[in-house]
Amino acid sequence: MKTLLILGAGTGGTMVANKMSEHLDANEWKIILVDKDETHYYQPGFLFIPFEIYSPQDVVKPKRDFVPPNVEFIISDIEMIEPEQNRVKLAKRSKWIDYDYLVVATGSHVHPEETEGMVNGGWYKNIFDFYTVEGATALSRFLKFWKGGRLVLNITEMPIKCPVAPLEFLFLADWYFTERGIRDKVELVLATPLDGAFTKPRASAILGNMLENKGIYIEPEFNIGEVDSSKQVIRSYDEREIDYDLFVTVPTNMGAEVIERSGMGDELNFIPTDKHTLQSKNWENIFIIGDAGDVPTSKAGSVAHFMLDVLIENMQRHMEGLELRSTFDGHANCFIESGFEKGILIDFNYDVEPLPGKYPLPGFGPFSLLQESPANHWGKMIFRWTYWNVLLKGGEMPFESQMSMAGKWA
Amino acid sequence: MTLTINPEVLEGIEFDEEGFMVDADDWTPTIGETIAAILELDLTERHWDVINFVRQEYADKGEAPTLRRITKVGGIPTKELYQLFPDGPAKIAAKVSGLAKPTGCI
Repeated sequence: MKTLLILGAGTGGTMVANKMSEHLDANEWKIILVDKDETHYYQPGFLFIPFEIYSPQDVVKPKRDFVPPNVEFIISDIEMIEPEQNRVKLAKRSKWIDYDYLVVATGSHVHPEETEGMVNGGWYKNIFDFYTVEGATALSRFLKFWKGGRLVLNITEMPIKCPVAPLEFLFLADWYFTERGIRDKVELVLATPLDGAFTKPRASAILGNMLENKGIYIEPEFNIGEVDSSKQVIRSYDEREIDYDLFVTVPTNMGAEVIERSGMGDELNFIPTDKHTLQSKNWENIFIIGDAGDVPTSKAGSVAHFMLDVLIENMQRHMEGLELRSTFDGHANCFIESGFEKGILIDFNYDVEPLPGKYPLPGFGPFSLLQESPANHWGKMIFRWTYWNVLLKGGEMPFESQMSMAGKWA
Repeated sequence: MTLTINPEVLEGIEFDEEGFMVDADDWTPTIGETIAAILELDLTERHWDVINFVRQEYADKGEAPTLRRITKVGGIPTKELYQLFPDGPAKIAAKVSGLAKPTGCI
């Protein structure tokens, strides 16, 4: 009996478990899925919690609901991966699992403690993150009674999970404070280490204009050095200071600690991964899906989805002794919620930046690329249903894994 | 100390519109010194620790390292990096080392 071991039952790991359970012969293969906790979070939904569009209950379901019956699901921390020995040690009863193939889907996590002063006095008082359900919920309680002042949103450093989420947060904040009738009492500031609103020039220009039109001020190339919560000031390494009344942080994102303990990661605990085959650069029977790897594309669920078919095919090809296909192109797409029941959609890959056009059907849509529309907003809201009912279970989606230029205006 | 710039060193070297060298393989330490002089940077031994690390990263990986990588792997604290290259260490160190602008990822 051979073993396929999958570490992490988030978006990527759950999809791989579902797909591989269809492909592998149950008489020959055992599939084991390990995760440290029982609850699956719909992470794109965290963004909506501070503004009371979603409640915390809207973004959680038991992980077991999405695990196929022929997959063994173990709840445990992972103590160590020993890739040279093809084995993994679990925290639970110090059990060792030997594997023939390993899929690492341990994700990325926020680390506010990486920034000096961040988790001291003001943490969860007037300093919050919204990348955890706890942070988003605490922020929701704060916003409910806030009378206004200066809200500063800061991205600590790149890369971050879902690079458009900070912009969406500000667009939604603009809408939320308008609805509450206190928009004129709130100043919205984006302090970012990037030189503009986004990483890609055409989208950056368009999104930058939207920020400006909504009266949101950008402080570019701001690399935060410390938070002084007694003075309510953030300070950059080049000694610029920004005062805040409410500080919303997107903390440093890092891969799982077990990756560091096992000596498998880079300086942020992301695993060096071939960006076209999704195989580990160091061990040929290890594949990496989603944001656990270092591939230079967005750390987002849509990317994990687009990686899925390539990873499944390549792992099967490797099992058969065939050469891997270099077919992953870095495809990402993101619905960007822009407030007032509108949204933008962007679609891009390693080589082609987001362009305007229609998606997924050229000329028809229904979604408009790089342009605000109500359909894009509804696409985003309906996506939660699709995520739970189709995507996690490895079902077919009406989008190709590889990006297409059809229907785009270059 | 006054910085002397010898423009002949840069003859035939191509730069992009933001002043980053187009072909990193054209770089020599003399070119690095000249670019630094234009940026009004007086290179110390500590600057060279950074430049050598950045060049080594380029040789190994084909691209400029991030600020965190220079700090964590190169062993130079971020605060010191800002003292050495006040206008943004990752960017300026890449410029002086003849590399393209760091992409800062996605």
